[in-house]
Amino acid sequence: MPQIFPKKANVLPILSLGGALLGGVALIFLVWYYFSPEFLVVGYQPDQPVEYNHEFHAGQLGMDCQYCHNWVENAAHANVPPTQTCMNCHNQIKTQSPKLLKVRESWATDTPIQWVKVHHLPDYAHFSHASHVNNGVGCETCHGRIDKMEVVYQAEPLSMGWCLECHRQPELYLRPNEEVTTMGYVHPENFVEINLARIQEEGIQPPTNCSACHY
Amino acid sequence: MDNTTSQPTADQDHSAGHSHHESLVKGDLSFHDITEMVSRHTEKKTPLAWYVAFGLASSMAGLLLLSLAYQVWNGVGVWGNNQPVAWGWPIVNFVFWVGIGHAGTLISAILFLFRQKWRTSINRAAEAMTLFAVMCALIFPTFHVGRVWVIYWTLPIPNQMEMWPQFKSPLLWDVFAVSSYFIVSLVFWYVGLIPDLATIRDRSTTWLRKKVTGFFALGWTGANRHWRNYEKAYLLLAGLATPLVLSVHSVVSFDFAVSVIPGWHTTIFPPYFVAGAIFSGFAMVVTLMVVARKIYGLENVITMDVLEKMNIIILVTGTIVGFAYITEFFMAWYSQVEYEQYAFINRAFGPYAWAYWIMMTCNLISPQLFWFKKLRRSIPVMFALSIVVNIGMWFERFVITITSLHRDFLPSSWGYFEPTFIDVTTFIGSFGLFFTLFLLFLRFVPMVAMAEVKGVMPEADPHYYDEGDGRAAGTSVPFIQPAQEDPGRNEAGETRGGR
Repeated sequence: MPQIFPKKANVLPILSLGGALLGGVALIFLVWYYFSPEFLVVGYQPDQPVEYNHEFHAGQLGMDCQYCHNWVENAAHANVPPTQTCMNCHNQIKTQSPKLLKVRESWATDTPIQWVKVHHLPDYAHFSHASHVNNGVGCETCHGRIDKMEVVYQAEPLSMGWCLECHRQPELYLRPNEEVTTMGYVHPENFVEINLARIQEEGIQPPTNCSACHY
Repeated sequence: MDNTTSQPTADQDHSAGHSHHESLVKGDLSFHDITEMVSRHTEKKTPLAWYVAFGLASSMAGLLLLSLAYQVWNGVGVWGNNQPVAWGWPIVNFVFWVGIGHAGTLISAILFLFRQKWRTSINRAAEAMTLFAVMCALIFPTFHVGRVWVIYWTLPIPNQMEMWPQFKSPLLWDVFAVSSYFIVSLVFWYVGLIPDLATIRDRSTTWLRKKVTGFFALGWTGANRHWRNYEKAYLLLAGLATPLVLSVHSVVSFDFAVSVIPGWHTTIFPPYFVAGAIFSGFAMVVTLMVVARKIYGLENVITMDVLEKMNIIILVTGTIVGFAYITEFFMAWYSQVEYEQYAFINRAFGPYAWAYWIMMTCNLISPQLFWFKKLRRSIPVMFALSIVVNIGMWFERFVITITSLHRDFLPSSWGYFEPTFIDVTTFIGSFGLFFTLFLLFLRFVPMVAMAEVKGVMPEADPHYYDEGDGRAAGTSVPFIQPAQEDPGRNEAGETRGGR
C-alpha cells in the first residue's frame, strides 16, 4: 500500500506538541495583557455634552475638586455637579458664552445635562469615595492629574490588582487629609514612616477580603 | 451479518454451555466478520432513518442554543432558581449528566484493570457517551455563573486583576475534577481508537477519507512495536483514569457536603454519589446499546450476556444507593440534630414528598426486578428499567438540591421552587445535544472496539489452532515442525544466522 502522507509528515506530532506549548504560553500572555483594563480602558476619553475644561478650572483657576464634587467626603458616589453648581458662577461670568449654551438651556428647562461617566467600575465591585477621601487617598492617586486634562480621561486601570497594590501597602500612597485634593502633591522624604505611624494611630486597615468590595 | 444469519443468535444460545472464551462473541464470527460488521456502518450510504433521527436531535440541540442565548441575554433570572432555592435545575442537570458520564470510563478503565473481557464490546460506545454527557454537564455550571463570557476566570490564569479562583471552594475543585476527567477520558478514548481508525483507513476507497482517517490513525501500521507501545499507553491511561472515575463524583458531592445545609452536610455523600453515578451511567449505556445493537445488527458482539452483566451492576449499585438513602435517615435520627431530622422528615413527607417517592421507587425498588434472571435478560424489561433508573436518578438530584434548600434556617424565607419554561427547554435541549453527538459518533466512528473484540475471541489465543499435542486443529500435520525434517526451514534458519 502506498504511503498516504509524505515522510515529512513525521515532524507534525513534535510540531503540534511544541505549538500547543508555545500557543498555551502565548494565550496566557494575550489574556494577561490584552484582556486587562490597562489595555482596554486606560485612556478612555468620551466626548462630553458640554466642553467643560478641567485644565482651566482645576488647573489655571485652582478651584478645589470639592467645590463641584461636593459629596465625596460623605457619600460612596462622587457626584457630578448639578447645573446649579455651574450657574453659581456662570450667571455672573461669561453669561453669553456659546460654549455654555447647553448649561443655560439645562438651567432654563430644568433638565439635567447628560454627562458621560468616565470612571466605570463593574456593578459587582462597590467603591466608597468617602472612606478613601477621609483616610488620605488623594484624588489624583486614582484619577491622575485632572488639572492637566482639558477633557477628562481615565488615567489608571482601576483593576482589582491595581486596587490591591494600595490595599496591601497603603503606606506607599497615603497623604495627609488636607492634601487630598492637591494636584501634583510631592511626598516628604520620610512619608512612609509618617504614614505607618498614622496607620497605627488611626487603625487604618484597608480590607483585602472578597466581600470588602464584592457584596 | 449476512454471512451469519444461519447461526444461532446471541439471545438464543446462551445456555449452550460454551467455554468462557467462546461465549464472549457469538455466531462463530471470524476476525474479518468483526471488521466488516463494525466498519461498514461508517462506510455505507447514510440511511434515511439516521437523517430523521439526526434532524430530530439537532433541532432539540437548536432549542438548547436558543434557550442559552435567551438566558445569556436576559440573565440567570429566566431560570426558576431564586432565594431560598438558589441552585435549581441547572445544578440538578449538571449532576445528572456528570453522573451519566461515569459509566464509560468505569467500563474502560476499571473493568480493564480487573480483566473483565466482556467490556470490549461496549467500551467504545460507553466512552463516547461519557464524553458527550460530560459536555452536556459542563454547559449548566458554565451558564449558571451568569457572566458566561468571563468563565475563564474559573481557571487560575495569571491576570492583571491579580484575581485567582477561590481555592477553598469545592466549586473550583469541581472545575478541575470535571475538566481533567473530560481530558483524560478523551485521550483514553482516542488512544483506544487508533488501531480501529487504521482499519477504516486501510479500507477506505476515497482520497479524502484516506487522508482524514489516515491523519487520525497517526501512521499506525499494526507493527509489533506499535502494539507494544499501545498496550503500555492504554494500561497507563487506564491506571490514570481509574482514580478519576471515583474522584469526580466525590468532588461533585463536595459541592453539597462541604456546605452546612441540613441534608447536604454528610460524610456519606462521596461514596453514595459515586454509586449513584455508576448506576445512572450503566442505565444510560443499556438504553443506548439495546437500541444500537438491534439497529446495527451487533447482537453477536454486544451479547445478552454482556447486557446481563450490566444489569447486575445496575442492581448492585441501585441497592447501594437505596441503602445510602436509608442510612441518611438513620444518621438523621442517630445524630439527634433537630435540623437534620427535620430536613429528612420534610424530604419524605413535606411538599416535595412526590419527588422523594418517585426517587425511591425508581432507584431502590425498580432495579430489584433484576434479581430475576428472566427479567434481566429481557430486552423490553431492561430498556424500560434503564429509563426508569435515569428518571429516578434525575429526581435524586432534584430531591437533594431542592428539598434541602427550600426550607432554610429562617422560616420567613421558606419557599416552593418551580421551574420556568426556559428551565425545561434547556434541559430538553441538552438531550438534543447529547443525541446529536451520539448519532454523529455512530455514523463516523467504529462504534465497537474492533481490535479489542478480536483480542478476546478464541482465535486470538495462540493455541487456538493447536490441539494440544503439537498438531494443528483438524489436520494431522504437526503444528511445530522439527527443524531437521524440513529443508526449507533449515535454509531459512541459516539465512537468519548469516545476517
